[in-house]
Amino acid sequence: MSGAFRIPGAGRFKQAKTARFSFDGQSYAGIEGDTLASALLANGVHLVGRSFKYHRPRGILSAGAEEPNALVEIKRDAARKTPNVRATVQELYDGLDAQSQNRWPSLSFDVGAVNDIASPLFSAGFYYKTFMWPKAAWKSLYEPKIRAAAGLGVSPDQPDPDHYSSRYAHCDVLVLGGGAAGVAAALAAAETGVRVILADEQAEFGGSLRFETGAKIDGQDGFAWAQGAVAKLAAMDNVRVLSRTTAFGYYAQNFVGLVERVSDHLKTPGHDLARERLWQVRAKRVVLASGAIERHMVFADNDRPGIMLAGAARTYLNHYGVAVGRNVGVYTANDSAYAAAIDLKKAGVNVAAIVDLRDNPTGPVIDEARALGIEVNFGRAVIRAGGKLRVSSMSVQPKNGGGERTIPVDAILMSAGWTPSVHLFSQSRGKVAFNDETKRFVPGTYAQDCVSVGACNGTDGLSATVDEAYAAGAKAAKDAGAKTAKGTKPKVDASESWSRGMLGAAPGAGPDTTVKAFVDFQNDVTAKDIRQAVHEGMRSIEHVKRFTTNGMATDQGKTSNMHGLAIAAETLGKPIPEVGLTTFRAPYTPVTFGAIVSHARGPLFDPTRKTAIHPWAEAQGAVFEDVGQWKRAWYFPRAGEDMHAAVDRECVAVRKTAGLFDASTLGKIEVVGPDAAKFMELLYTNPWEKLEPGRCRYGIMLREDGFIYDDGVVGRLAPDRFHVTTTTGGAPRVMNHMEDYLQTEFPHLNVWLTSITEQWAVIAVQGPNARKIIEPLVEGIDMSDEALPHMSVREGKICGVPTRLFRMSFTGERGFEVNVPADYGQAVWEALWAEGQKHGAAAYGTEAMHVLRAEKGYIIVGQDTDGTVTPNDAGLDWAVGKKKADFVGIRGMARPDLVAKGRKQLVGLKTKDPKVVLEEGAQIVEDPKQAIPMKMIGHVTSSYWSENCGRSIALALVAGGRDRMGDTLYVPMPNGVIEVEVTGMVFFDETGGRLNG
Amino acid sequence: MLLIRCPYCQEERPELEFRNAGEAHIARSANMAGETDDDFEKFFFIRSNPKGIIYERWRHMHGCARFFNAVRDTVTDKFVMTYKAGEPKPSKLPGVAK
Ligand SMILES: [Zn+2]
Repeated sequence: MSGAFRIPGAGRFKQAKTARFSFDGQSYAGIEGDTLASALLANGVHLVGRSFKYHRPRGILSAGAEEPNALVEIKRDAARKTPNVRATVQELYDGLDAQSQNRWPSLSFDVGAVNDIASPLFSAGFYYKTFMWPKAAWKSLYEPKIRAAAGLGVSPDQPDPDHYSSRYAHCDVLVLGGGAAGVAAALAAAETGVRVILADEQAEFGGSLRFETGAKIDGQDGFAWAQGAVAKLAAMDNVRVLSRTTAFGYYAQNFVGLVERVSDHLKTPGHDLARERLWQVRAKRVVLASGAIERHMVFADNDRPGIMLAGAARTYLNHYGVAVGRNVGVYTANDSAYAAAIDLKKAGVNVAAIVDLRDNPTGPVIDEARALGIEVNFGRAVIRAGGKLRVSSMSVQPKNGGGERTIPVDAILMSAGWTPSVHLFSQSRGKVAFNDETKRFVPGTYAQDCVSVGACNGTDGLSATVDEAYAAGAKAAKDAGAKTAKGTKPKVDASESWSRGMLGAAPGAGPDTTVKAFVDFQNDVTAKDIRQAVHEGMRSIEHVKRFTTNGMATDQGKTSNMHGLAIAAETLGKPIPEVGLTTFRAPYTPVTFGAIVSHARGPLFDPTRKTAIHPWAEAQGAVFEDVGQWKRAWYFPRAGEDMHAAVDRECVAVRKTAGLFDASTLGKIEVVGPDAAKFMELLYTNPWEKLEPGRCRYGIMLREDGFIYDDGVVGRLAPDRFHVTTTTGGAPRVMNHMEDYLQTEFPHLNVWLTSITEQWAVIAVQGPNARKIIEPLVEGIDMSDEALPHMSVREGKICGVPTRLFRMSFTGERGFEVNVPADYGQAVWEALWAEGQKHGAAAYGTEAMHVLRAEKGYIIVGQDTDGTVTPNDAGLDWAVGKKKADFVGIRGMARPDLVAKGRKQLVGLKTKDPKVVLEEGAQIVEDPKQAIPMKMIGHVTSSYWSENCGRSIALALVAGGRDRMGDTLYVPMPNGVIEVEVTGMVFFDETGGRLNG
Repeated sequence: MLLIRCPYCQEERPELEFRNAGEAHIARSANMAGETDDDFEKFFFIRSNPKGIIYERWRHMHGCARFFNAVRDTVTDKFVMTYKAGEPKPSKLPGVAK
């Protein structure tokens, strides 16, 4: 037997296999088909958790996604620990291991429960009032303590080993919710032939038909009808049926996010199955059939384990065959709880009494309850529940006061009525409307192409629901383009119907009381807290919500919002619609990060770009650094070398003989067309019209504001063809910037732009022996200084493949950049490397490249500039065409502040002690003895040890820097002040003779 | 995720394919160098930031790569219409009062 509370003959899993599971280390038996909650209840376990703030014992309230209390940790192994799993949703599998949360040392004895006794300290707004001052204590004291004490569950501390998948889907009609309404709507739409997706969060379709045993459709039990209808739908080519799938977010233009729980219910999922699948669906029409959620009664100690929603108790009985007690009491303000009492009574459970707050209700269920011999009390309230770890009694009193009577019970089933689930409708930006007669918010004004049907639309009764849903499904299909409909509407033969109920606190928990009558179980918000918020000046429901945290827990107030609103409205003396409903936000239920992230993690988080020469560098043992999405060889350590030694050796080799450097990542754009030169004139500060084909120029690109945006060497291959290089990181935005101006500001120019970064591999060969290395491999290019001077470009062949051979230098040495089609990049590199070996050349990485360029004072845009540096600031005035009438940035550059005296200018810095290397980013001051905070006049932008100079070198932006040559400035650091001298930016070969050396 | 109609591709495509490129119909002076400080301030810094209808530039980055103009309501986030770069600001907007 799978639990002492399993009723023989009841429930839908009669042939099911036993599934063993453990809860807090204790082993139990359930059956396949159970949820963890139904299996626990079958074993008589109601106490499953401790509440958030007061650590009060809590039981299972619901049988669905709205569950606020029964949150547990499910553990598959050390890395697979999922906190805050709703036991009412988690399907049982053999071997399931669950732990209660938020208790220490044990669930039945929890030290934190002292908060309950000290609860006056923890009233509404407690956090705001108590932890305000001193501010510094927040970080060191309050926040860590609050976080430790307030945790709902513990997040896993290992990387998630599961994988998640993601799908985009399009459909004509998306039906959200698979109860009677959703199934009927899906049938109507599907029969027209349009593409339909039907999704439901439960393992099985049917919604409230799971417990409404009075429903008959097409001659069958309602639940059985739903199974047959869904099987029929699933077999249709134009229909996709998704169970265990929650629509969590409704976004713009009928874009809906859903999470399908693929394998959380399986004993051994195996790695071929994703754990969850994210569906992003774009639907022409959406049918919302999300049902309604039952509300609890708000009375003193209504949170005792064993007190639950009446509909939930009915679900546990009719669907799972589990009795939630042996002697239950019922507390209600509407008819639906009678059905639960009747079903339990018929199953052999004693119903001690029904307490109905209404004065003299009439109806068939009431008559039936009486006929079954159940004691029914009208006009009475349950003013208190007895018991601690489990409810033991209910105290009943006439609602206007009078004698009190205590009835022993082991469970209380309650129902204050049903709240339409308008969450997704509200997320779609639809506006809800308050129906004053039924006291509920229902969909009012629609903002998107969707329609609500059934209980979520405030439609009562199965017959009306199926009629409405079937018609809406057919209309949605027609609106989405369906031509014909040929189905038959399901016929409702018998149904249950109820509406109404109450909102707010019940008698005994009114304004004159101080009892703990919970409104929001998960966040421990009582009716008193909400009144207090109003008394302390909160007027809007959004303020009440934030002050009390009502509805702000992971269940988002699915059971509590309407009660909270009603109590606030009553306290304010205003009608409910004037106080307003809080906004519903995605997600409807919590979504794992795994599902959102899907495959975009680890190496798939961002694309990795590798150059054609990457495999060679890898084989040589290069250490790589990330530059944007690129992997770049940082340095090439030889045996026994650290980074410092490797970089020193590489730098010396370049200046002594030669070095090879993979410059393929440089952005490259071809600017082609009759107006190419005109376009270049407008996009760069430099003059281009007169640049002869075959020559190169260092170009500076500004934004319209006059600040440096990018730079690079540009070669003119032909009168109408420029080969433009950009910084590695700047390539995409430079291309965008160029396209923007070409398309929108200068569309009259006849120019084409083509990104050629990936097409050309670039091998820089730099150093006194550079020409000797390249020359033997080149055909058709005269490499003499006369024919190929510094800053020129020729097209020809190298190793038999086409090359654009640039003579240029980013090291200050005689230098070349060999561009070859990327497919030949590695082969040409290897050929050059072999030649280089004859001259003792080294491969050098980005670190040596940085040092070598800094020795020459060549800037790196983005390192020595930061978006607030003008060409003049960087000492690059020579690169701005003085006679030009226009270029992007020409006006911005002339703004008063950009031409003012005292701007920060790029200069060199030499530390007085040549061995000291400054920190990049370090601040510079004039007087190190001044009081703190000191006046900072600049900062270090680049700083290296230069083996070639035999000392440290640095570049810095310093206010009025070029007027301070030779001055001593100071860099205060934690370990003392460093003295520096302001110098020019060139530290090596000031005359530049080595370019032709 | 919004659907945006590219006036060049003549298709509604998901927002992911597009990049916003700031407010539209801000003319760059033909005599840029001669602009006053005030005019340059208006051109470069001042934007309307309206509550309601905004005219803005978008680029069909991962599609045809063209820049175009769009009319969007900043309150509802709905695109009213899109049109090609260089076309005049529409005088009448479909489905918008006033
Ligand atoms: Zn396009």
